[in-house]
Amino acid sequence: MTSPSVAASPIAVRPARSIRTGLLTGLLLLPASLWYLILLVTPLAIVVVMSFGNASRLGGYEPAFTFTNYASALDPTRITPFITSLILAATGTVLCLFAALPIAYFIATRAGSRKSLLIVLLVIPFWTSFLIRTYAWLTLLGPDGIAGFIGGITGDSGFRILGTPVAVLIGVVYGYLPLMVFPIYVTLERMDRTLVEASKDLGAGRWATFRQITLPITLPGLITGSILVFIPLMGEYVVPAILGYGRVFLIGNQLVLQFLEARNWPEGAARAVILILIMLVSVVFYLWFANRGRKTREVSVL
Amino acid sequence: MTSPAAPATGRRSRPRFDPFGGLVERWLRGHTLLIYLFLYVPIIIVVVFSFNATDRRVTQWAGFSFKWYESVLRDTVVQSALLNSFIVATSTAVLATLFGTMAALGLQRAPKWFRTPFEALTFISIIVPEIVIALATLVFFSSTFDILNPLLDWQLKLGHQTIIVAHALFNISLVMLLVRARLSGMDRTHVEASYDLYGTPWRTFWQITFPQLLPAIVAGFLLSFTFSFDDYVITTFVSGAGSTTLPLYVFSTIRKGVTPATNAVAAIMLMITLGILVVGQFLIWRNARRSGQRGAGMASIVAEQSR
Repeated sequence: MTSPSVAASPIAVRPARSIRTGLLTGLLLLPASLWYLILLVTPLAIVVVMSFGNASRLGGYEPAFTFTNYASALDPTRITPFITSLILAATGTVLCLFAALPIAYFIATRAGSRKSLLIVLLVIPFWTSFLIRTYAWLTLLGPDGIAGFIGGITGDSGFRILGTPVAVLIGVVYGYLPLMVFPIYVTLERMDRTLVEASKDLGAGRWATFRQITLPITLPGLITGSILVFIPLMGEYVVPAILGYGRVFLIGNQLVLQFLEARNWPEGAARAVILILIMLVSVVFYLWFANRGRKTREVSVL
Repeated sequence: MTSPAAPATGRRSRPRFDPFGGLVERWLRGHTLLIYLFLYVPIIIVVVFSFNATDRRVTQWAGFSFKWYESVLRDTVVQSALLNSFIVATSTAVLATLFGTMAALGLQRAPKWFRTPFEALTFISIIVPEIVIALATLVFFSSTFDILNPLLDWQLKLGHQTIIVAHALFNISLVMLLVRARLSGMDRTHVEASYDLYGTPWRTFWQITFPQLLPAIVAGFLLSFTFSFDDYVITTFVSGAGSTTLPLYVFSTIRKGVTPATNAVAAIMLMITLGILVVGQFLIWRNARRSGQRGAGMASIVAEQSR
């Protein structure tokens, strides 16, 4: 075994040791590899195989090779959850972006000695239970909270927020906001502040400096954050189930219904595969964009 | 007055006229404050109303009282859910910390043909939406049990074990990432000095490497514990009769609406996870002070991860 990290130590050079080192490396990696093989690769492979199969009458799976599950998952009359999820995930990501950028900018450039305190304050809600944080909005958005208040002003006593897409959007922005702030903060924190000074010295205004210096440099962070928010949002189940009362029906709700209640597994499997494909497309897009971003940044620094 | 776009020629433009400067600063400040309020007000409301003595409407304040905590903690359903959650979270955290740390150490010397697919799988295990992992794991368990159970003397079924094994997947990856980040930032001169002084690899590991990795390992353990303790989606798919955890219990009571009792359970869950965060922060801070390292708090370890 001659990997660069061990080459420096005299131990690795001795051949008697190197067999033992190889064995040790294998042993160290064995449990995690087993986990990946048995609980990640195999289950996903089974789902893919199942998505081409038939549902048996008893709610089980019958081996077959058919595309009917995909056809029915993408059937125009039943595709609504996909469309709703896409729209909601995109809107939620954009809202997170607009909420996160100023706060990340503030912490990175204006907070001074309170920087680490502000970061801790962002981590704490993120650290606590997602379910409880979602639940927390039930009182606030309910008829005794904001909805009742707005209803009282407009004179519409039937005004409701819970059970509408707005409630779900508030819930997801609340849940995923820290995931957007952290990467943006990290890129802003590492940014060379003298570039901004230079831009101002050369007479550029605030907006021009932001658009031509800060934004391009922050772009990789923005994209990372968007991916971190968009992907889990596509598969979100807890927020639409609690704050949407199940009336805002996303892919996540549909998958739970099909796997835990209706038990039509092959059709559910097809939907899951489509969800994975959407995810893969966004990751590939992300990698392409991130690399492109890196190139333009290098050019702009030069 | 110069227009913002016009270059200020001939003179140093530091104190240039910027009519929106103060406004922008104030907006940044205000926005930040609003976001922090947005993050904390809902949580605070839950905790406050969990102390409400009311018997009827949750939001009608009827005095401060611990009575809902008492009634909830006496409830045997809550007790068993709490116990289940602790069993699952502790086992998950132990497994994930052990195997994740081992993998991080092993990967250092692994050849590239192994490392690349392994890293890809780590990435997949973290990025794939939880619901997909959850349903795939359920399908896997049920088909494996269908094959194995006729061959076995006892019956494999969904329960604590399946929840733990399923939770461990994500958390192994998580611990591995935390420990690897620490390994890559580690000072190798001590390790080399130890080898030069004929320290055995075993001793070098325990006396040099391990203490330096400890903050990441502790952070990984506590993070896995909280993630497992709080998880709803995977648990709901792979739990069986008698293995209802606290989040599952809370979810089922939410359907009946908000009550002070649910608020109390929610507040208990918040306090458990926050308590763990405080303990972790303290342990890491003490370790950093004793070994004279730069204080890397729990929060910064978490925040640094999401690059």
